[in-house]
Amino acid sequence: MTAVEDAPSAQIGQARHRKEDPKLVTGQTSWTDNIQLPGMLYMAFVRSSMAHARIDGVDYSAALEQPGVIAAFSGEDLADDWAGPLPCAWPVTPEMVHPDHWPLAKDEVRYVGDAVAVVVARSREAAADAAEHVVVDYEPLDAVVDMEQALEDSTLVHSDKGTNECFVWNLDSGDLDDAFENAEVVVKRRFINQRLIPTAIEPRAVVVAPVPASGQYTLYSATQVPHILRTMLAMTTGVSEEKLRIVAPDVGGGFGSKLNVYAEESVALAVSSRLKRPVKWTESRSENYQATIHGRDQIQDMEVAADADGRIRAIRADLKADMGAYLQLVTPGIPVLGAFMYCGIYKMDAYSFTCTGVFTTKTPTDAYRGAGRPEATFALERLIDELAAELEMDPIELRKRNWIKHEEFPSDTIAGLTYDSGNYEAATEKAMELFGYDELREEQHRRREDGDRVQLGIGVSTYTEMCGLAPSRVLGSLDYGAGGWESAVVRMLPTGKVEVVTGTSPHGQGHETTFSQIVADDLGVDFDDIEILHGDTKVSPQGLDTYGSRSLAVGGIAIHMASERLVEQMKEAAAHMLEAAIDDVEFEGGTFRVKGSPEASTTIQDVALGLFTAHDLPDGFEPSLQAECTFDPENFSFPHGTHLAAMEVDTETGEAKVRSYVCVDDVGTIINPQVVEGQIHGGLVQGIAQALWEEAIYDDAGNLVTGSIVDYYVPGAPDVPSFTTDHTVTPATSNPLGVKGVGEAGTIASTPAIVNGVVDAIRHFGVNDIRMPCSPERVWRAIQDREGHTQDDTSDQELEGGGMG
Amino acid sequence: MPAISVEIDGVNYEDEVEARLLLVYYLRDRLGLTGTNVGCDTSNCGTCTVLLDGQSVKSCTVLAVQADGTEIRTIQGLAENGEWHPLQEAFHTEHGLQCGYCTPGMIMSSLDLLQENPDPSEEEVREGLEGNLCRCTGYQNIVKAVRKAAGEMKEGASA
Repeated sequence: MTAVEDAPSAQIGQARHRKEDPKLVTGQTSWTDNIQLPGMLYMAFVRSSMAHARIDGVDYSAALEQPGVIAAFSGEDLADDWAGPLPCAWPVTPEMVHPDHWPLAKDEVRYVGDAVAVVVARSREAAADAAEHVVVDYEPLDAVVDMEQALEDSTLVHSDKGTNECFVWNLDSGDLDDAFENAEVVVKRRFINQRLIPTAIEPRAVVVAPVPASGQYTLYSATQVPHILRTMLAMTTGVSEEKLRIVAPDVGGGFGSKLNVYAEESVALAVSSRLKRPVKWTESRSENYQATIHGRDQIQDMEVAADADGRIRAIRADLKADMGAYLQLVTPGIPVLGAFMYCGIYKMDAYSFTCTGVFTTKTPTDAYRGAGRPEATFALERLIDELAAELEMDPIELRKRNWIKHEEFPSDTIAGLTYDSGNYEAATEKAMELFGYDELREEQHRRREDGDRVQLGIGVSTYTEMCGLAPSRVLGSLDYGAGGWESAVVRMLPTGKVEVVTGTSPHGQGHETTFSQIVADDLGVDFDDIEILHGDTKVSPQGLDTYGSRSLAVGGIAIHMASERLVEQMKEAAAHMLEAAIDDVEFEGGTFRVKGSPEASTTIQDVALGLFTAHDLPDGFEPSLQAECTFDPENFSFPHGTHLAAMEVDTETGEAKVRSYVCVDDVGTIINPQVVEGQIHGGLVQGIAQALWEEAIYDDAGNLVTGSIVDYYVPGAPDVPSFTTDHTVTPATSNPLGVKGVGEAGTIASTPAIVNGVVDAIRHFGVNDIRMPCSPERVWRAIQDREGHTQDDTSDQELEGGGMG
Repeated sequence: MPAISVEIDGVNYEDEVEARLLLVYYLRDRLGLTGTNVGCDTSNCGTCTVLLDGQSVKSCTVLAVQADGTEIRTIQGLAENGEWHPLQEAFHTEHGLQCGYCTPGMIMSSLDLLQENPDPSEEEVREGLEGNLCRCTGYQNIVKAVRKAAGEMKEGASA
C-alpha cells in the first residue's frame, strides 16, 4: 500500500547527512545552560565531603551574608516540600529494601557528594562562593565500600533497615544439578565488572521557570526522559502533573546517566516555588562525577559445565551488584536486566542467574550504556573463552558448536526469551574474513614460537542483546513501574509540509534524520519537508523517552504506523476528490491514483489542503490532518554480531594496544548506514574504555579518588584506532520495518573482545585473567606472577589506580 | 573592575569585568555567545576551545582580562557570509558529531591543527586532538572529517 512495500525505498537505506547538524556545527544550540531568564537565580549545592556521617547541624548564616545571596535551604528546611522521596520505579522483588532518598539529606549523608544544602544567589559565581561558607556539623560514621564486606552487615548504610542486602533475584531453568554433576568439564571464574562513570560531555543542568500566580512550572533539563521526569516529579513534589511542563532542549549525550530523576531537579522546582523566581543549576564536572549515577560495579561468579567435545550443558551466574547508597530511578533493575543474557547466543540444558543487590556508601549506580547487558556479555564471553582454553579448542569453533543455528529461529532460550531472528554464522564468517582470522592466528603462533617481546592475542565476542525496551507486559512481569510503548503523531500541514511528534527524546542519536527518512518513504514527501518534534511535554504530551536502544525499534515503528494510518485516513478524502470509490484509490510515492486510470490522481499535499479548507468533503468526514499511533512491541529485538580484536601486548611494559578491530553487526534493517556506523564507533570506544582504561576508584574511607577527568581516564583520539565495521541484515520479525536498534551494541560487544584478546596474547605465560581495566601494570604483574618472579607485597586485587596505569 | 577591549568574531566589545571572570563565561553569560561550551573544570575536555589571536586556547582557563586587546574567534564566527567553513562542512558530511556538545571545541582545535599542519596523517590528527574529548563518535569520523577538510582547504588555497 505504501511506498515502502510497493516500490524501492527512496530514503530508507540512504546515508542522509543529518538534519541535526547545521545548528550544532555553527554553535546555534540550545543547551539548558544557555537559558537566561529575567530575574533568574543560580543554585549551588553543598555536598557531603564524607562518605557516611550523621548531620548534627547545617549553619548557612554566614552564606546568607555573602554578596548576591538570596536564600539558602537545608534538608530540614525543605522537608515539607516533597510529596515523597525521590523515586525508584523498579522494585525488583516485593521484599526489596527500599530506603527513603530525600533530595537533600536530612539526618545522615551516605556518600561523598550527597547533597546537604542549597544556596541561591544572583550569579553562578556568587552561589558557588557562598556555598563555601555553609558549615555542616558532621558526626562521622563508618564507610563501607566493598560489597562483600557490606554483606557482613557490620557497618550499615541505612541503620534503620538492619541490612545492606537490598534484594536477591533468582531465575533457574533446567536441571542444574544434573548438568553440573555429570559434566566432563566445569570452569569457574570470578570477574570484577568495575564501576564506571558515564561522563556525558554536557554536564547536567536544570532551569525552572515558574508562573507563580497560576502554579505553572516549566522545567528545562538536560535529560533523556522528559516524560518520565514529568510524571515522577508530579508524584514526588507538590506540583500537579498538568501544571508541569518539561523541556529537554538540546541534550549533550546521556548514555543512561540522564535517564533519571535527580535531586537537583526536585530542589530546583521547590526553590523556584518558594522564591517565585526562575532558578538555574549547572553541574560542574566534579559534581557530575560524585552526584550523577555511576554504571556497572558487579562481582560476577561464573560457572560453566560442558562436555569434552565443547557442548555447553549449563551456565550459572551469581552476581553481587553495587547499588551505591540509594536506589535511583531504575538502580535495582539494571543488573536484573542481565538475567536473560548470561546464556547469550548459546543453547544449553540448564541455567541459573542470581543477583544480590548491595548497599554501600558510594554514589548510586544506574543505567549506563547497555545497562546490565554489557555486564552479562562480558562475563559470558570471557567464560566461553576460558572454556575454549580449558578444552584447547579454538574459541570460534567452541561458539559454533553451541550457538543457535540460523535455521533454528525463532528460538526459545534457556532463560525464557524468544529470539525472533539471527544469523550468527553469516556475521562470524564475514568478520573472520575481514579480520584475516587464520593469518592472524598463524602470526600469533609464529610470534609465540619466536618469543617476541610483543605478543599478539585474538579476542572474540559473539554477542546478542535484548533491546527495544520493551513489551509493556514483560516489564510488568518484571515489576517495572511503567510500560514500554511509544507514541507518535504524524501531521500534514495545510502547505503540504509534515510535522512528526515523537515521544522519544534524542540526545545525539540522529532521530530527526532517521525518522524523517521513514516518513518520507511512507508519505512520499520530501525529506526536507519533514520536521520531527520532540523533547517538550507540551508539544509531545505522551511518550516514554530514549534509552535501551528503543527509539527506532519502538518509537520509529509508532511513527511508521501513524504515517500509514494517515494515508488511509486521507485516502477517503482523496477518493471523494477524485470522484472514485475508496477501494479504487491507491497510494504510492505521495500520489493518490484511481486504479486503471492513471491520469486521475492527486498529491498528498493537495489532499492536505483540501482537508484544511474542508469545503468539499464526504458527509460526516472529520477533516483531520493528523493520525496517531501508540506502539507496544510484542517482543524485544535481538541485535547480534561478531567482534574480533587483535591485541598487541608488550610483555616487558604490560602495555596492551588495539592493533585492529573488526565487527560485523546485525541490527536488522538499516535506515541510515552512516548514523548506524556512528553509533557502533562510539559504542566500541566506550566498551574498549572499560576494558583498558576506565575505573571509578574509592578509597577505604569512601572518597572518590577518580573525582575528575584528570584522574578518571576518558579515552582521547590517540588512544584508539580506526575500526572496520560491517553488517549483515537479518530483519527482526517483531516489527514491520525489521529494525532492531543499535545504540548499545558496540559497548556490549567490545569489552570482552578486548579482554579476551589481552588474555589470549599472554595465556602461554599461564595467565587466565586480567582484571579490568587491563592497565600496563596489571598486565605486567600478571605476566610476572605467572613467570614465578618475586612480587612486592601489593597484590593485584588491592591495586589502586588501575585506570591510570 | 578592570575594563577590557576585545574583538570577538569581528565585533568589538568594551566591557568592565570582574578580574576573576573566565573568558568562557564572559562569552556565554555576558555576551550570550553560547556556541562555546563548558564540559569540565580541569581543562581536559576542550569543548570550550576558541582561537585567541589565531592560537587555540581553552577559554575555561583564560581570564576575560587576559583577552584584553586580543582577537577571539569562536565557532559562531567561523562561517563567512553564510558559507560554512570546510571543517563545518566536513564534520557534517563525515558524521563527525552526534550530540554535538564537543563539536565547537573540536572544530576550533582542528582549525588550529590545520593551520600548523595542512596535510596531517591520521595519526597526526589523532595526536593533534588529544586535548578534546568526545564521548559519542569514537573519533573515527572526526578524524575523517578533519582530513577531508584539509583537502578542501588546500584546494581552496591553490584555487
